[in-house]
Amino acid sequence: MMLYLSSDKLDLFLEKASEKLNVYVPVDDTNGGASYKKWKPGTAVSKALHTTKSAKDFFFPQTENLVEFKMSGKNIEIIDPRRETEDYAVFGVRACDVRSFGILDKVFLSDPVDTYYKNRREHGLILGLSCNRPAETCFCGTFGIDAAEPMADVDFTEADNGYFIGANTEKGTAFIESLGDIFEDRGAAPAEEAKAKTREIMKKLPLANLTTDGFGGDKLDELFDAAGWADLSEACIACGTCTFVCPTCQCYDIKDYDTGHGICRFRCWDSCMYSDFTKMAHGNPRLTQKERFRQRFMHKLVYFPSNNDGEFGCVGCGRCLASCPINMNIVKVMKKLAKEDSGK
Amino acid sequence: MTNETLIPYLGVVTDIRIDTPDVKTFRVLTPDGVKPFDHMPGQCAMLSIPGVGEAMFSITSSPTNKDYMEFSIKKCGCLTDWLHMMDVGQQITIRGPYGKPFPVETELKGKDLLFIAGGIGLAPLRSVINYVRDNRANYGSVQIVYGARSKDDLVDYNEIINEWMTDDGVEVNLTIDREQEGWDGHVGFIPNFVKELNPDLKKTVLMCGPPVMIKFTLQGLMELGFEKTQVYTTMELKMKCGVGKCGRCNIGDKYVCKDGPVFRFDELDELPDEY
Amino acid sequence: MQEVMKKRAVELLSDGTVSKVIGWMPGEFSYDMTPAVFTTAGEIEENFIYNDFCGANVSKYVMKEQKKDADAKILVFLKPCDTYSFNQLTAEHKISRDNVYVIGVGCDGMADVDKIKAAGIDGILGIESDGDKFIVKTVYGDETIAKADAMAERCLSCKSKKLMVYDEIIGEDGEVNTDCGRFDMVAKLESMTADERFEFWRGELSRCIRCNACRNVCPACTCEQCVFDNPNSGIAQKAASDSFEENMFHIIRAFHVAARCTDCGECSRVCPERIPLHLLNRKFIKDINELYGDYQAGDDTESKNPLTSFTFDDAEPSVVHERGNE
Repeated sequence: MMLYLSSDKLDLFLEKASEKLNVYVPVDDTNGGASYKKWKPGTAVSKALHTTKSAKDFFFPQTENLVEFKMSGKNIEIIDPRRETEDYAVFGVRACDVRSFGILDKVFLSDPVDTYYKNRREHGLILGLSCNRPAETCFCGTFGIDAAEPMADVDFTEADNGYFIGANTEKGTAFIESLGDIFEDRGAAPAEEAKAKTREIMKKLPLANLTTDGFGGDKLDELFDAAGWADLSEACIACGTCTFVCPTCQCYDIKDYDTGHGICRFRCWDSCMYSDFTKMAHGNPRLTQKERFRQRFMHKLVYFPSNNDGEFGCVGCGRCLASCPINMNIVKVMKKLAKEDSGK
Repeated sequence: MTNETLIPYLGVVTDIRIDTPDVKTFRVLTPDGVKPFDHMPGQCAMLSIPGVGEAMFSITSSPTNKDYMEFSIKKCGCLTDWLHMMDVGQQITIRGPYGKPFPVETELKGKDLLFIAGGIGLAPLRSVINYVRDNRANYGSVQIVYGARSKDDLVDYNEIINEWMTDDGVEVNLTIDREQEGWDGHVGFIPNFVKELNPDLKKTVLMCGPPVMIKFTLQGLMELGFEKTQVYTTMELKMKCGVGKCGRCNIGDKYVCKDGPVFRFDELDELPDEY
Repeated sequence: MQEVMKKRAVELLSDGTVSKVIGWMPGEFSYDMTPAVFTTAGEIEENFIYNDFCGANVSKYVMKEQKKDADAKILVFLKPCDTYSFNQLTAEHKISRDNVYVIGVGCDGMADVDKIKAAGIDGILGIESDGDKFIVKTVYGDETIAKADAMAERCLSCKSKKLMVYDEIIGEDGEVNTDCGRFDMVAKLESMTADERFEFWRGELSRCIRCNACRNVCPACTCEQCVFDNPNSGIAQKAASDSFEENMFHIIRAFHVAARCTDCGECSRVCPERIPLHLLNRKFIKDINELYGDYQAGDDTESKNPLTSFTFDDAEPSVVHERGNE
């Protein structure tokens, strides 16, 4: 048996949940995209497969204040600007994005812990939503992700005009129990059927056979020196779109901003695609776009697995495939380099 | 004091020494008058003037100095320009220590040491040199080869001639790039000077300086018969967080701030040539 | 069309007229072509592609190639709207016309896969052109969509299908369309109250992620170093530190390209957040037309733009000031 919530009770569920914590749901934007917004009565949950930006903002926002300084004469006062984070839940997170949190954890929760990230992570409850209509740009399977099983705190599976609900963590179980009797018990068969259908569709998608063979921490030399980088990076316009829509890109910059009342030191997302990413007073080790482009993919396909027990820094969400201005992306990179490698 | 990595401590500049036309050495204490934190030779700290910027600097003073911390800093950009304009008593922010130090307590113990420094490259090595001098029994012979553009560009010349040169078992070889009035020492570039000195192949080398000096000195050492496993250097790339998370100081899968800045040349050989 | 283009590219490469060809290479799907530079006939035969989804304006790549090698002889395929950008880049001495062989490619409007997806068609396995419609094979079954419904938004208000510069033409040259309605949305925004307008732009610009795609793709954005990338400018920010910054980035950019923007629409095409950035530029174009007389950047390479030339008939500052209070 599984817990079941009929579709017409989704609003009731969100309302009940909102009494306990802030609930964020994907909402359609004016021009066709979707983004997470705080739910309030009347908010329509988007049916979009993906939000334009990933859900990483919840833990690692695009910009956040780290510390403030008050300057007076030769003296400096250091102020920690943080307030207590409130508990919140994010509804509708797909399997790929759920996995991306694990990747971000490896960066931000490893020693020394990033307390800004940790604070947000601990206050967040992830409500996963299994995919039932994956797109051609999806390739989460390449990284061993099951689109039908997000493995969030609580997973929702759409079937039988409603959602079948299962908790995967203690936190998730406690949350579901706290909502009382809005769920009913039903046989899990329709949910299993829906999941099987999703897995069947995944197998038929054009990127179903993409593999990570030839990539990994031990492939540094051959991949770094691969001939393919020149062609692959040729049309790159050096924007940060791929980086900013990516659920696993986590490089950041730290900058100071004069508010007029003091100095605010903030961190913001940065992109290795930008020319100033590694530029120093006395030079730059990555002089052309080829080197910057290579860095992004080497990081995901070689450096990250090298430092993290073989785990790749990509979850196959397909956002970069959909949003790159010149349609260059990690899939094309992997295919070209793999071809080059096998041609040797 | 806090345990936050990205929130700095407060420091006070209590002394400023003018070393060369473009290098000053800053003494930093906490507002309570104590050393900000302990470190090992080769480690770095993030210094900042809020509103101007924050950058990584190697700690010049030796860990054996329990009273204060010193940074020799060359004027070469926005933040360093500002630091050079400071007066004594100015508060700055400081966080650290960062990075992997020179292996003074392990691989270097008992070894004959050859230090090779060019210009401001002496800053990180000075910490090791004075650490070794203060723990003299733990190490073999010490040879220091130091060069700069001119006599005036030799950082803290006083300490070199009054303390290092008078130490037993410490050999100091100085050189400057061009002839200069009042200089009767060696004239010439470091790579050639090192070859002329023909150091004993048993020595372990610690080297720091401008990239071109490193490149040719390493070549020279290889020609003399040194192995890359005998030569250490310390690297510098753009850094922001100092703890291996912001993602910009990597050489291949290694982060200079966390896995470096000290590398042995055989370790660098394993990494892509992107620094 | 593609076969004729390939044939000419191979001929011009083979007879030495050009040494490089700027075109498109195929993607993973039927709609994700990437601009590419070809140097051999073999590469063209194997990899050159042109179809309804080759919407990218490749004129800026001419500049990039000439920077690498000023003397390279380049063949570039330009659609009508791209020819305006090409002319403007020539006028600004960002590219040298002499070493470029331009093949103008007639255009009836390009397709945008986002429109197809917005129509609820996903899981796309292949797209075939069939007269005035596309047959889209998807993992969920075959679908049909009228080309008119799949047309890129910018093409729906196309100002001109006329090729403004070319050495030869493939396909049909078209006409300037003064009645394209491209200022309709601008007029609608102008008719709003200031508060309504502010609300509209805050809503749109608040989604900006400062990826710089609009700037980097823009054929009018050709500064060696953008002020927003210059740490010494005091306004270099990678991420918006408050909403004011987001507004300023786009507004300053619109000011900087005013009277140089040819209205190619690349800024809105590439925006991952689908912000209608072209409306900012169109507001300037509309104002310039009204205040200084009709002017189209990229019409030719000779005429002076009204914002950098003085005449006694110029709008007085007071007029501009009054309009600002509307």
